[in-house]
Amino acid sequence: MSEPAIVVRRLTKRFGDTDVLHEIDLEVAEGQATCVIGPSGSGKSTLLRCLAFLEEADAGTIEVHGEPLGFVEDAAGRRARLPPQRIRAVRKQIGMVFQQFNLWPHMTALGNVSEALKTVRHLPRAEAEARATAQLRKIGLENRAGHYPAQLSGGQQQRVAIARALALEPKIMLFDEATASLDPELTGEVLNVMRALAADGMTMVIVTHEIGFAASIGRKIAFLDKGRVLLAGAPQDVFRKPRHPRIDQFLDTYLDRGAAMLI
Amino acid sequence: MELGARVRFDYALVASKLPEIFQALGITLYTWILGLAGACALGFLVAVARRYGPRPLDLALGAYVELFRGTPFLIQLFLLYFGGPYAGLSLDAIPAGLLGLSVYGAAYFSEIFRGGFEAVPRGHVEAGECVGLSRAQIIGRILLPEMTMLVLPASVNMAIILMKETAVLSVVTVPELTLTISAIGTEFYAFVECLFLLALFYWGLTEICGWLGRMGEARLARFRFAAA
Repeated sequence: MSEPAIVVRRLTKRFGDTDVLHEIDLEVAEGQATCVIGPSGSGKSTLLRCLAFLEEADAGTIEVHGEPLGFVEDAAGRRARLPPQRIRAVRKQIGMVFQQFNLWPHMTALGNVSEALKTVRHLPRAEAEARATAQLRKIGLENRAGHYPAQLSGGQQQRVAIARALALEPKIMLFDEATASLDPELTGEVLNVMRALAADGMTMVIVTHEIGFAASIGRKIAFLDKGRVLLAGAPQDVFRKPRHPRIDQFLDTYLDRGAAMLI
Repeated sequence: MELGARVRFDYALVASKLPEIFQALGITLYTWILGLAGACALGFLVAVARRYGPRPLDLALGAYVELFRGTPFLIQLFLLYFGGPYAGLSLDAIPAGLLGLSVYGAAYFSEIFRGGFEAVPRGHVEAGECVGLSRAQIIGRILLPEMTMLVLPASVNMAIILMKETAVLSVVTVPELTLTISAIGTEFYAFVECLFLLALFYWGLTEICGWLGRMGEARLARFRFAAA
């Protein structure tokens, strides 16, 4: 097996007195989708935000393709922050998709996707827009290039947000409850884009409430509970009976919604 | 000459003063627009410095904002124009007026922009960080344009207030509308008519400014935040 794309070691994040993440250990395999599930407040999103370096952990380390992200720790646990250019170099490999899409409302779909190509990668406008258009074509929204986010449906906005991240050719894509704020009939189009990415061999970390989707797309499932990884493994190991009682209890809450039927 | 004849408003005499009045209108517009631009730019810098700068700078600028919002513009301008030379700052009337308007208006604008910064959803900034935008790019490409639509109504309000505050520049001898027209009133003994005319000028400018603001808002309406 090849080197993991991400290695998380003893990652701890505190908000005040509470450990939102407590000594998390997690490996994310390259070229596969890893799904993080768990009840609300279990720390899933915080973990993902640490991987995107939107939150800085209080202890522990994250390595992305062997490169430390943000901090290094020596054997005695002393932490040192890395210089900004090294942090930026690692973050460049990572694309992030948010629950709230977070498209910039004053830019068109094309503007959103081409922005960083122009301002960060310094591509000429024509080339940046050609690449952005190609990304929009991939997600089937080429004909919406000139639309502002307010003129797009939630599903379309989220697909544009995915294209925005993909335009920078990241090696890893992070999805933070990408479908949680969509109407049920709009989740499908976003999940399809994610499925296509997984089929393409993109390394993905997916935080989701769509248990059926996680079971079908995830080569690995990590179940978080109260800031700890309760269980991690292949979907059949996590979901097949007899199950861990905590997972049984968690899945029960989805039975009403019919999602567990898919497992 | 009997008094009654002087009290009657003589339009012909005012008409003879029209070139002077239009020149004064020009100076009012000039001081207003430049003062507004200065106030806007300075206010933005203050808001950015308070948000991203070190804590002592934030405190110092906070004190500036309190001081300049807490005292009348008239007094600030008197101190600048008549007190300035004692502190080694000798300015002519118009530069003093422009500086005074800018520094006074910036105190308000910095608060408008501070609110604007806070109203831009955090996620929009995080999305910028995730694609590698620098802090300056996030301010210039995301925060500033997004907040423009949020702060436009308050800014138009502020522009109108500053326009009327240009009348105060008359006390330091800037030959703008108020000084010029009240001088004509004195000359012809026609105070009421002249003050009435003066009020009409300011009202007209206010209406134009408000109309421009509404046009701007309508243009920006298409960017309104989409419901998530």
